[in-house]
Amino acid sequence: MATTAVAELRRALRRAERRKNLGGLVLALPLTAFLVVFFLLPILGMLAKAVDNHELATAMPRSAEVLRSWRGLGPPPEPVVAIVASELREAHVRRQSALVAQRLNREQAGWRNLILSTARRLPESPQGSWLETLVALDPQWGEPAIWAGLRRAAQPWTDIFLLAAVDLQRDDHDAIVRVPPDQAIYLDILVRTFWISGLVTLFCLILGYPLAYLLASLPERWANPLLILVLLPFWTSLLVRTAAWIVLLQREGVVNDFLLRAGLLAEPVALVFNRTGVLVAMTHVLLPFMVLPLYSVMRGIPLSLTRAALSLGATPFSAFRKVYLPLSMPGVAAGCLLVFILALGYYITPALVGGAADQMISYFVAFFTLQTANWGMAAALATLLLLATLLLYWLYARLVGIERLRLG
Amino acid sequence: MLGSGILGRTSLWLYCLLVFAFLVLPIFVIVPLSFSAGAFLHFPLPGLSLRWYERLVEHEIWRVTLKNSLIVGAIATVLATGLGTLAAMGLARARFPGKGLLMALMLAPMIVPVIIVAIGAYFFYRPLGLTGSLWGLAIAHAVLGAPFVLVTVSATLGALDPSLVRAAQGLGASPWVAFRKVTLPIIAPGVVSGALFAFVASFDEVVVALFLTGPAQRTLPRQMFDGIREEISPEILAAATVLVALAVALLVVAELLRRRSARLRGLAP
Amino acid sequence: MTSTRTLAAAAVALVLAAGTAAARDLTITSWGGAYQAAQRQLYFEPFQKETGIKLVEDTWDGGIGVLRTKAQGTPVWDLVQVETDELEMGCEEGILEPLDWAALGGKDKFLPAAVHECGVGAIVWATILAYDGGKFPTGGPRSWADFFDTQKFPGKRGLRKGPRQALEFATMAQGVPPAKVYEALRAPGGVDKAFAKLDSIKKDLIFWEAGAQPPQLLASGEVVMTSAYNGRITAANRQDKRNFKIAWDAGFVYQIDSWVILKNSPKKAEAFKFVQYVTRPENQAKLPALIPYGPTHVDGGKLVPAEFAVEIPSSPQNLPHGLFFDASFWVENLEKLNERFNAWAAQR
Repeated sequence: MATTAVAELRRALRRAERRKNLGGLVLALPLTAFLVVFFLLPILGMLAKAVDNHELATAMPRSAEVLRSWRGLGPPPEPVVAIVASELREAHVRRQSALVAQRLNREQAGWRNLILSTARRLPESPQGSWLETLVALDPQWGEPAIWAGLRRAAQPWTDIFLLAAVDLQRDDHDAIVRVPPDQAIYLDILVRTFWISGLVTLFCLILGYPLAYLLASLPERWANPLLILVLLPFWTSLLVRTAAWIVLLQREGVVNDFLLRAGLLAEPVALVFNRTGVLVAMTHVLLPFMVLPLYSVMRGIPLSLTRAALSLGATPFSAFRKVYLPLSMPGVAAGCLLVFILALGYYITPALVGGAADQMISYFVAFFTLQTANWGMAAALATLLLLATLLLYWLYARLVGIERLRLG
Repeated sequence: MLGSGILGRTSLWLYCLLVFAFLVLPIFVIVPLSFSAGAFLHFPLPGLSLRWYERLVEHEIWRVTLKNSLIVGAIATVLATGLGTLAAMGLARARFPGKGLLMALMLAPMIVPVIIVAIGAYFFYRPLGLTGSLWGLAIAHAVLGAPFVLVTVSATLGALDPSLVRAAQGLGASPWVAFRKVTLPIIAPGVVSGALFAFVASFDEVVVALFLTGPAQRTLPRQMFDGIREEISPEILAAATVLVALAVALLVVAELLRRRSARLRGLAP
Repeated sequence: MTSTRTLAAAAVALVLAAGTAAARDLTITSWGGAYQAAQRQLYFEPFQKETGIKLVEDTWDGGIGVLRTKAQGTPVWDLVQVETDELEMGCEEGILEPLDWAALGGKDKFLPAAVHECGVGAIVWATILAYDGGKFPTGGPRSWADFFDTQKFPGKRGLRKGPRQALEFATMAQGVPPAKVYEALRAPGGVDKAFAKLDSIKKDLIFWEAGAQPPQLLASGEVVMTSAYNGRITAANRQDKRNFKIAWDAGFVYQIDSWVILKNSPKKAEAFKFVQYVTRPENQAKLPALIPYGPTHVDGGKLVPAEFAVEIPSSPQNLPHGLFFDASFWVENLEKLNERFNAWAAQR
């Protein structure tokens, strides 16, 4: 009797538990759906743009088909050339040759002109063979490079953008090789992005750790108003803070003015539109994200522990190093990871206070999207940035715990 | 312990004062400059005047962009707060496999670089008819704001004693009544401060705005961005000062809410 | 109850406010700053009054890629003021509408270089060498060679970001007279030499993109000299009482900007009406009084008051130092050189 009642009760409890879970899921559903549609799908779509290769297949479908099955080096056999040439001419009449030209220009800058000027001047029927006709219009048609480029553009998807994002390209045999040194900039930019983020993280830690330590050692009614001072920059518009730094750091700005008048400088120094400006402004913007996690961890460190160490004869420094520092490490990890992750994606601040050689990866994503309409390249660089961020996000979740993620 | 001696304590305070100065002074340096009678950004000021604030009022562009920003901010806040609050309540009561992953997705907009959100939206809001309207921008901002609401509401829910709700239901209240009379008043400060966060996130956002808006949807940060890039005039600084004042006001509200919430949860006197 | 109803009303109002932006007005894009302010006063506002057509402004800093993104599907811009290479490339790619020249009064009414299938000349303008007269009491730079001489004139220099005009100036700095610049750039190794010249002062260069930036960089003392659009410098002198100087005799690159209408513009008719309005000779002739850019209409040139005519690039005393922008060189080489320039600028 009793056992069935217990079983019945257990079932009822389980049912209630299931109902509660189901209810919870239903409540979480709207945000999930919203984020899937307006956040996740757009990002997945963006990733697809990095390998998108539809241009040639759209404007010259038959050429794309025959080029795909052609193997070899140099100009392809005449029937293939004939299809390409006549379809290029048709594409020009339909005003679609620009699409092909832009795609080929991604393979090699300058091929846009080759395609467009050829398309414009191609006759209806060949003089001699089609290949001779093409070579007569531009000798580049006799070389292997353009045909290898066309074949790459004919594939259903492409890796040239992802390769280019790490300074690699495909040669005429479709083998992966390094790009020439004067074009190899993206690894530099990637390293620069990590380097700047790392320095900013370090500066934030150097400035933030003692500050958080002081705040944590004060009684809460003192710490709270001071914490507001830390939070004020956080609530102030990013653009306002960036403008403030330009005003301060300009050649005839407030800082130079002050240093000149104080006799500390003989001549104004360049503090903005260079790396210095980027580091100063970014450290300022990100410092609160370091102080807050440090503070919340340090608050939880009981003072009695260090007091015990001191009373056992440890010097203040070794008490700090052996007891306090290890206990504050979770805060250091959380703050550093958070600042580093946020710094990686910075765009506005470097764009406004940096020079051309101080721009980080986000700048180039925006540049390729808005300035040059090179979406493949924009998406490829964004993919790299996303991968780096997700890796660090995963690390954060493992080390710190996702439930502790707060930006305010 | 470091900073335990008088000397250590003093140098710690000095160091921290400098850090505080670094944090706060730059923001307040622009305030006096915006009241300058001259056009140059130098101290000492040639005299005080309100001429740059008059320009703010005269120039239609500030009015238009402010209006756009307020509309976008309002829609984004409503969306983010509604969705974020529901999700926080759902996640607080449910246990299911993959919950961690779902949390990771929901918090991801705080972590994923905003340029990636922007470029994704740039490509894929167009087929949905969401470019060239304030709606597209508002939706993208709601994506960015929802995690803030989720976090703040979850924090207040975590402190909510579930026995209170059970007691209300035991006394005959329907789930809806129990929610309205018990849960809501307790989590309200979390909801409101989450909403404040979401609003500020939208009101300050410029990257997505650069990608999604045309000239008719220009927002205040977008206008500021162009102004800073081309010419930092005292007029820009006047606009900046107004924004600083707004930030201070919002910060005070948020702080009051935090205290109220702490008091309701019985954490502070 | 009432609060619910107020909330609902507020929500409806919000939806309407956000939604009405979708049906857009005629959108005109120009180059911002003092130039666009002059256009607003002389053209945009009177045009709206005269025709009742409402217009919205946007600004840009040029670039064929920008034009391509804006021309996607239903374009977000209708009317854009473009440089010659953008005009040529855009027209060839089919993203610009051909113009009805008969309705503009015929091609013979304009300077030959201002006539194109897809665009009509808006202004004659120049990229010049400018400096702050107050900073050089003993005389400022007199040539592009001085611009590249950081020993003689220490300090940072401003330069427009991108290869256009920069390569011309770097070539002039090697002692090539303006008339021979494109010959030198087309010769084997000519571009390499120009890049090497740019590279020699790279650490002292600050790149600008918007035309409003150079006067600002001069005013804030951030640079001692800069390349700039000539009108912006004169406008800063007139409006902000600056003492900026233009070194006309150092050599300059002058060119024609054109009005174009983007393909599939939903406001094509209104846009063309504006083109007709703005190219009237009497309207073109008003511009130099505010900002010294020259008219493209043959009769417009005759109407400019003599006191302002001396400051435009094509005035008799300036023109001998000028180099006319070679659009064919740039259309042929732009993509390649853009890529090279951007890679060069992004490296330390």
